[in-house]
This record gives sequence, C-alpha cells and structure tokens, in this order.
Amino acid sequence: MKCRKCSDKAVLSIPRHNTALCGLCLTEYVQIQVERAIGREKMCTKENKILVAVSGGKDSLALWDILLKLGYHADGLYVNLGIGQYSVRSRKKVEVFAELRNAMWFSQDATNDEGTGIRELADLVRRPACAACGCIKRYHFNRMAVDQDYDVLATGHNLDDEAARLMGNVLHWQQEFLEKQGPVLPASMEGFAKKIKPLYRLTEREIAAYCVVNGIDYIVQDCPLATGSRLLVYKEALNVVEQASPGSKQSFYWGFLAQQAEKFKLDHQSMSERDIALLHPCEECGQPTSSAMCSYCKLMAKTKTHKKVS
Amino acid sequence: MMKIYISQSEKTCEFQGPKQVKAILKDLDIIPETVLVIRGDGLLTEDEMVSDRDSIEIRPVISGGV
Ligand SMILES: [Zn+2]
Ligand SMILES: [Zn+2]
Repeated sequence: MKCRKCSDKAVLSIPRHNTALCGLCLTEYVQIQVERAIGREKMCTKENKILVAVSGGKDSLALWDILLKLGYHADGLYVNLGIGQYSVRSRKKVEVFAELRNAMWFSQDATNDEGTGIRELADLVRRPACAACGCIKRYHFNRMAVDQDYDVLATGHNLDDEAARLMGNVLHWQQEFLEKQGPVLPASMEGFAKKIKPLYRLTEREIAAYCVVNGIDYIVQDCPLATGSRLLVYKEALNVVEQASPGSKQSFYWGFLAQQAEKFKLDHQSMSERDIALLHPCEECGQPTSSAMCSYCKLMAKTKTHKKVS
Repeated sequence: MMKIYISQSEKTCEFQGPKQVKAILKDLDIIPETVLVIRGDGLLTEDEMVSDRDSIEIRPVISGGV
C-alpha cells in the first residue's frame, strides 16, 4: 500500500478518509487535525498556559507531544490512583516522556493517608471503579489548573471516546449530559477551569499509530479496573458499525456537535449563564457544584463513614 | 511458523506463513479498526505479507476508563 500523499510506503490505512499514509504524512495529518480542532473550537492560543491531564496512555502522551511540537506552553499533571503495578508503570512512562523533552509536570497523589487505592475506595462506596476514578481525577485536575493559574485544562479524549460516550448518553437519553459533551467546556465561573479535548477529530487507532511512528513509549495494557466497562461495550459496537460503514463514528459525533451548535444559536441563555445560575461553592472544598457538596467531597465523606463502621 | 503476540491480553499464537495481515486478523476474529499490527518497530498495513520467519505484535488500541 502506498501513501496517498507522497507515494512512499504507507504505514496506516484510514478508511474513513479513504486514504493511506506514510509515517511522515500521518504525523502531519495528526498535527493538522489537532490545530484544526484548536482553531475551530477556539480552544486556546500559544499565549495560554495549558495543563495536560496525563495518564501514561497513548492519548494523553500523544496530546502532550503534539502540543509541545506545535509550540504551545503545555505542562503535564499525573494523578496517582494507587492501582498497584499499573500505576507504578504508567507513572514511569510519564516520567520518561517528560525527561526526554525536558517538559514540566506535576504528580499528584490521590491515594489516601493509609495508601488506599481506587479499587478499595470503589468497593467501599459500592460504585464502579471507573466512576470513582473519573470523579477523583476531575477534582484534582480542576483544582491544580485553578490553583496554579492555568488557562485551560486539556484531556486526551479522542473520537472513539466521545462517540462511545454519546452512544451511552443517547441510549439512556441523558439530556443533561448531552449538553456537556462538546470538545470545549468554558470556564463558566470562578473555580472552574476551561476544559478542552483537542483530539476529538482523531480515532484511537490513528493516535496509537502516531505514538508508534514517533517513538512515544506509552502504557499499552489497559487499566485492569476498566475491564468490562460500559464504555468498552459501546466502543466495540461502534467499531463493528465503522468496519461495515467507514466514517460512521465521525458522522455520529460530529453530526451531534453541529446540531448542538445550531441549538445554542437559538438558545438565548448560554451554557455558562445556566451554569452560574445552578452552581455555587462546595461547602467542603469550595469547588463549584450544583448540590451542597461536590461529588468528590461526597465520595470522600462516604469512605470516612464506612471506615468508622468497619 | 510465524509468531504472533497479542499485547494487552499478553496472548501468543502461531500461523503458517506466508499470510496477509488482513487474513491473519480475519482468522483471529479481530476487527482491523481496533488494532495496530507491528513488525520490528514499523507498522504493517492490511495488504502486507507476513512470512514464516516473522514475529509480529497485534496491539489493541481500544482503551476503557473515562
Ligand atoms: Zn506520505
Ligand atoms: Zn468539594
């Protein structure tokens, strides 16, 4: 197979664009898609300070790499969730990545005083591990971004992630989540960082290929606690559809975004205005929330009461 | 026999070569959209042939979590 752009040997076929690319052209394609995402969605500028949420996986490391190469001021934040060897190895990947590029990064320990990891925590509060993990990560990422004066918080969510999440939200008609499914969440009020997803135009496979071609050493094993997660089921279903009809994933998610944009034009109250009406500081930690206590502080409170009982 | 290593699940298997990448994935019931096929440090497209002396890695690219 030959590269459709330069006729060199292709390394990846991309059926949804009816193309195949060599390593160099793939790298260029990926970077262009990220620049397009940032430009079209007004995510950030080269003057902004960006905090990248890094896990040691392909998406976040690729994102960090691309932002640095494109000349953005991008620092990393790794949150240690205490998932045994998986956490040890993924943290190491981040460390090596940053060292090679002389990039600045923070490591935040989210295991509690007794070193309880997310697995124990999830058992304790009887919530799926991914839900507890997501809640803890969001809390620390937002907190660090706000405390350290970052303009935006960037995450490595890709087209597959967003299409799968959209599928879940549509299947269960979760209207309130649908509204927040865009690639940009504005800093709607004091205490909330602006959040961006610059990889939303790229599939997981394209991003993984970018890592291989550019020698980015990421943690290949998936998080052991994610096995059987809902999101994986939706991804599998979407990939079956994609295989039969290339381009389905992007038309599903991008089509949704286009409709949302239309809707917001008609809607006079913007999302941030609605947010401000709903949100106030959490009585525990001060981060914005729509109930008395934010979901992170609720989770932490639950673990404390469970411990007192046991 | 070619050696196939499926990372993520850390399984291995063998096939009689030469065989096209596309055919290997089909025999293993793997959707091409969900994996990369790697030989040495290079990626293989679906039309490429894998010989009896080759070792390849099939690397799933789908991750769960949030
Ligand atoms: Zn090329
Ligand atoms: Zn709180």
